[in-house]
Amino acid sequence: MEFFLISLLNGVSYGLLLFMLSAGLTLIFSMMGVLNFAHASFYMLGAYWGYTLSALWGFVPALILAPLGVGLLGAGFEKWFLRRVHAHGHVPELLITFGLAYVVLEVVQLLWGRSAVPFAPPAWLQGPAFTLIGGGPFTDLHWVWGAASEAACQGTALCSPFPATRAFMMGVALVMVISLWALITHTRVGLVIQAALTHPQAVQTLGHNVPRVFMLVFGVGTGLAALAGVIGGSTFVTEPSMAATVGSVTFVVIVVGGLGSLAGAFGASLLIGTVQTMAVAIDLSLSDLWLALGLPGQASAATSPWMKLTLSQAAPILPYLFLVLMLMVRPRGLMGTREG
Amino acid sequence: MTFSQRLIAALGALFVCGSALAQKGETVKIAWIDPLSGLMAPVGSNQLKSFQFFAEKFSQNNPAGVKFEVIGLDNKLSPAESLNALKAAMDQGVRYVTQGNGSSVAGALIDAINKHNERNPGKEVVYLNHSAVDPDFTNSKCSYWHFRFDADTSMKMEAMSSFMKDLPEIKKIYLLNQNYSHGQQVAKFAKETIGRKRPDIQFVGEDLHPLAQVRDFAPYIAKIKASGADSVITGNWGSDLALLIKAANEGGFNGKFFTYYTGVTGTPTALGKGGEGRVYQIAYNHYNMGGQMGQWMNEFQTKYKDDFYTGSAIHIFAYLGEAMAKAKSTDPVKVAAAMHGLKLKSFNGEVEMRKLDHQLQQTLYMSVWQKADKKYPYNPENTGMTLVPVKTFEPYISSTPTSCQMKTP
Repeated sequence: MEFFLISLLNGVSYGLLLFMLSAGLTLIFSMMGVLNFAHASFYMLGAYWGYTLSALWGFVPALILAPLGVGLLGAGFEKWFLRRVHAHGHVPELLITFGLAYVVLEVVQLLWGRSAVPFAPPAWLQGPAFTLIGGGPFTDLHWVWGAASEAACQGTALCSPFPATRAFMMGVALVMVISLWALITHTRVGLVIQAALTHPQAVQTLGHNVPRVFMLVFGVGTGLAALAGVIGGSTFVTEPSMAATVGSVTFVVIVVGGLGSLAGAFGASLLIGTVQTMAVAIDLSLSDLWLALGLPGQASAATSPWMKLTLSQAAPILPYLFLVLMLMVRPRGLMGTREG
Repeated sequence: MTFSQRLIAALGALFVCGSALAQKGETVKIAWIDPLSGLMAPVGSNQLKSFQFFAEKFSQNNPAGVKFEVIGLDNKLSPAESLNALKAAMDQGVRYVTQGNGSSVAGALIDAINKHNERNPGKEVVYLNHSAVDPDFTNSKCSYWHFRFDADTSMKMEAMSSFMKDLPEIKKIYLLNQNYSHGQQVAKFAKETIGRKRPDIQFVGEDLHPLAQVRDFAPYIAKIKASGADSVITGNWGSDLALLIKAANEGGFNGKFFTYYTGVTGTPTALGKGGEGRVYQIAYNHYNMGGQMGQWMNEFQTKYKDDFYTGSAIHIFAYLGEAMAKAKSTDPVKVAAAMHGLKLKSFNGEVEMRKLDHQLQQTLYMSVWQKADKKYPYNPENTGMTLVPVKTFEPYISSTPTSCQMKTP
């Protein structure tokens, strides 16, 4: 039980980090019809700027300034580059973001080097946020804030501390979800954004500055990616291949969730985060399933290397399997509105 | 160049060729093919510095009187990239190649070098393996052109299990390894040797994860804790070990870790004060070897602000120098013949390049992570901690039989 809970928490915190990343990506896509290939690069930039700024002024200023800086950069990119090629259609737009991803990667390697930088979370985020205690003198599962005392963890009791960095990651992501939702549904700007999603010409005719709205959305989207970068970079590792690894998973998230749907992206990131984490814990293989179902040909099933592959070994490819299945069964994704 | 200068140069060249030690003063180029980018880049760049440092040291003083030059080539930890790097090195006329990070890469290099040497007599290349420890390279896939200066997985596991069998508190072991030849071999030999020496020990779980891909080991730690394991055996290295240990500290896992590579870049920092007395390393060296090695390590630390741990670099230069003096040549064919069976005095006692399979026979040390003190002062990555030797294994203990049928050209 305690194992299940801690795995679930690990999965949800990873899922929420994925959401911070994919929220911006899916917003940008629904607005401009552009799949921003450089999105994960803004995540990486956020992590590196966060590292540099936190060395100068501390973690909290870095957490605010790095996303702002990256957001401005993103807005500038939209205004001076993306808008120019917009007239030529979607393919050039796609290509320019693709090129940007390479430029950012090379610049990061030039400025910060090819190996990982030591971006550690601040002292107040080191150590556990709370500890789950199961078994032992207290038969029921319960929890305490911070680290559990030595005495509480003795004997048969199993203590599982939950790192503060992950709790913080969850907290920031939840605050972000709520404020993003409030912004889009309850403010004037949000209404204009929603209208511009589907009827940009009409909104333009009504006197709103649609290009500026686009720029704003691009800036906010990349800023959110950078926020995820500062948190993700300090919790995990900050190094030049971080964009490539996380980038492919965010594409899976927005396709599974439904291109352009924020709620879908939220659901899909939680789903992928938990499935990927939980799968690591499950040692079942196809041959076990074969045996359990009592299917014929058990001897060959037990020896084939394919059949012996366990779910935990397959965990890293599960998101991509999801992607393929989703595109086959329901191409518009979990909550997407447009077909195909 | 004027006529007289040319004459002097020609006479000089004549003089060099005519002297008794034909190789004296020659420059021996060694291509170093290992990762300088990606998650394993910190390990690679530390080792490149190590090779350059000792190239300089051994150029000043070696029995053959040759100069060593190391050419660093980034292989991104990919076998395909490594073959390109090998090609580039051979095009520059390099005849000695060294590599060590990833047996996946080493396997590809052995194949390529075997083929090259067969097809290009007179242009043979010798492969000096500094850290790739898959036992296959000195058994089923053994090659005359491959020389391994690290101890292979089966040797290290033999020593490690001899130590573990005397610890009664070990009852349940979890095997967590990287999913490629090296990690699979560690798991295989752990089950085999510990099953032989302590049949009462249970293996409560086994996992293989992708090499240099995992950023978050928390799910694995949760699984290890749920399995009830009191010890983990892992062949992980670089970021895969550092992040694993970091997740173990955060996730409150209090069991022992039996590792191959605690001393490698990144892991000391991840360990910090945590892990005291419960993280072990089996290797052919440790931080507190003292003597000449101790001086070199301090000098390396002052020069690069980094820790030297790839002791096999020293073995490689020592062997090359000795063999070139013996062969009176830098020709790889003659040098390989001279290294075949060569014995040397090294920092870990007498070592021997076994004729049967080109596996260096050497002393191994079991060491444990604890506070640095007067007796064991070396303090890696400014952690205030160090690896203290707890048991020494003479070469005969860890020596394992080989099935190699070497074809000597």
